[in-house]
Amino acid sequence: MSTVNRPLSPHLQIYKPQLTSVMSITHRATGVALTVGTLLLVYWLSAAAIGPEAHVDAGRVLGSKLGQLILFLFTWALYYHLCAGIRHLYWDMGRGLDLDSVYLSGKITLWASIGLTFVTWIIAAP
Amino acid sequence: MKLLRSPLAQVRGLGSAKDGYEHWWMIKLTSVALIPLTVWFMIGLISLAGASHAEVVQWVGHPFNGGMMVLFLLATFYHAALGMQVIIEDYVHDEAVKLASILGVKFVLALLAVISVVAVLRITLFAVMADLGG
Repeated sequence: MSTVNRPLSPHLQIYKPQLTSVMSITHRATGVALTVGTLLLVYWLSAAAIGPEAHVDAGRVLGSKLGQLILFLFTWALYYHLCAGIRHLYWDMGRGLDLDSVYLSGKITLWASIGLTFVTWIIAAP
Repeated sequence: MKLLRSPLAQVRGLGSAKDGYEHWWMIKLTSVALIPLTVWFMIGLISLAGASHAEVVQWVGHPFNGGMMVLFLLATFYHAALGMQVIIEDYVHDEAVKLASILGVKFVLALLAVISVVAVLRITLFAVMADLGG
């Protein structure tokens, strides 16, 4: 085909990032990250299934500085994907599709995901 | 060529993905199911922060929590497989690489789903042993 190697739309090199487009790709990125993150959940469940010693080892790995940072970021990714997913379901009902509503729901989604992440870690903090 | 099939018969079960709207519908269905499941999951994780093995076993071993966890796991891995398929289809253009990537991701996610459910069942056995005083 003669279309090989033609640039694909949208032309990201000249495309000005907006809240809407950045939040759209972030929804996908958090989806991929959470898919990879299921490995941690499987690891934690498997450790508890193997026995008390394995559970303590897993707690040490996940409780380390790096482990806690990764879990913190996954907490935000999960809340973001949850809130943005609800926003998508709201759109699927044919509501909130005008420009003002899209920006308002975008800001609500973003701040809700950040707020829920901090509330979760403040409650769960040892 | 004149098509003898009705428009409904042509669209049903077909389209470029060869399976009509089922993929779209299932990603929506699992996303609706995952709203309450994720809220439950996060509340559960918060309550289990720093918990001992016995506490985790007691919590997961409760029939409600065990059932919710299995539902959460199945919905999550199904939703992840469907979502990853869409992303691969959008960004991978070589047909062979695309097919191999989708199959590979789905096989790995199926394995993780089964491992995690077996893990929940095994944790439940610990709870039974604890109840029997073992």
